[in-house]
Amino acid sequence: MKILRFDPVQRATHWANAVLFGALMFTAIPLYFGSFFGLVLPRHLIEQIHLWCGLALPVPLVLSLLGPWGRGMRHDVRRINYWTKSEIHWLRTFGRSRLDADKFNPGQKLNAIFVSVAIVVMLITGSMLQWFRFFSVDLRQGATFAHDVFALAIFVVVIGHIYMALTHRDSLRSMFKGWVSASWAKNHARAWFDETTAVKNVSDPE
Amino acid sequence: MTSSGGLEERVPVGRRVFLGLAALGALGVAFGSRIQNSVGDALGSGLGGLLPGGDRFRIYSITGKYPKIKDSDYRLRVSGLVEHPKIFTLDDLKAMPPTSFVKAFQCVTGWRVPNVAWEGVLLSDILDAVGVKPQGRALTFESYDGADTESLTLDQARLPDVIVAYKMLGAPVTTEHGGPVRLYVAPMFGYKSLKWLSAIRVVDQEQPGFWELNGYPVNGWLDGATGPTDPDPSLT
Repeated sequence: MKILRFDPVQRATHWANAVLFGALMFTAIPLYFGSFFGLVLPRHLIEQIHLWCGLALPVPLVLSLLGPWGRGMRHDVRRINYWTKSEIHWLRTFGRSRLDADKFNPGQKLNAIFVSVAIVVMLITGSMLQWFRFFSVDLRQGATFAHDVFALAIFVVVIGHIYMALTHRDSLRSMFKGWVSASWAKNHARAWFDETTAVKNVSDPE
Repeated sequence: MTSSGGLEERVPVGRRVFLGLAALGALGVAFGSRIQNSVGDALGSGLGGLLPGGDRFRIYSITGKYPKIKDSDYRLRVSGLVEHPKIFTLDDLKAMPPTSFVKAFQCVTGWRVPNVAWEGVLLSDILDAVGVKPQGRALTFESYDGADTESLTLDQARLPDVIVAYKMLGAPVTTEHGGPVRLYVAPMFGYKSLKWLSAIRVVDQEQPGFWELNGYPVNGWLDGATGPTDPDPSLT
């Protein structure tokens, strides 16, 4: 039995977001380390790619959330926002307490929350660096600092995210094909499995 | 999908974490310069300088290339409204009285490297060596990269912390930093400190350089600096 985990809008949003993050991180490395390696680079081109990808960054999420096609997105945002007491406890004990996991476990929820806040912070601080004339030198320096610190955190989180995806193939497949097996859902997202099978939405997409 | 009964005992952790992290970002913007000023020293300019808040140059090049100039091939052409046009070799410059000081490099876009050791020849001394004609009002600078140009008024050029630098960070100026010889205009933003300096022309009125034509102020005074009457407004 297959259970739908991500609808096509969610998958498309995830991958559009992933491509933009990838391009931004890829171009960030030479922009950040240029002085260290003494690299000779078409810096202007790299800057332009970084700038435009950065400005485009919120577009997939905003579009997918706002449209009539965004029901699945909005449901999951609610899931990621609201936590049960046992989820909070699970996080406080670093995953050592028992938990009938929701569709997303607390770690996955934190990942999503971090990515969304990172988009906002990076967009604002990046814009301050691009249109610096409107800000005092102190604020420009502060924006540089915040942009750098969040960039470092993004690298840590994204590398962790990719590592988890590669070591959890069922989960990864659901981001490509949309569905997970019932047995996977039972083992990894028990609360969600119970809720889903109790109501409806049990489907066999193929 | 989510039963309403379940929702009531739930806590909006997501919103709280989101707002908390966003507040951290805002604090970083508000206090980042102060944080950097205190952690920059601790991190140093080595590997630690690569961390956020470290004292680290970000290398820009208009052309996307670094002109490579051998020390022995280096020439600085000084011409225009001068009594004795002259071509200086690197040895010529080093034979002149050296000026050195420790001052910050402040980029107009926000990053800053404090405590950079600079050494070179006062631009004022070079002007005296060639003799500026009375019609001379301003200077135009050219770079070996063939693209960057800069300008200063004669008054600005004669400030005691405006030098033609051949040493930086305690060593000869590296290629990426604009070596073998670059301009360093301490009281102004970094874009005024043209790299790979190749020529100085004395002209009768100031002509905006590359960055000025791209919208930067012609007088790139650092915050708090107002002009030649305030000759040492450096943040250091």
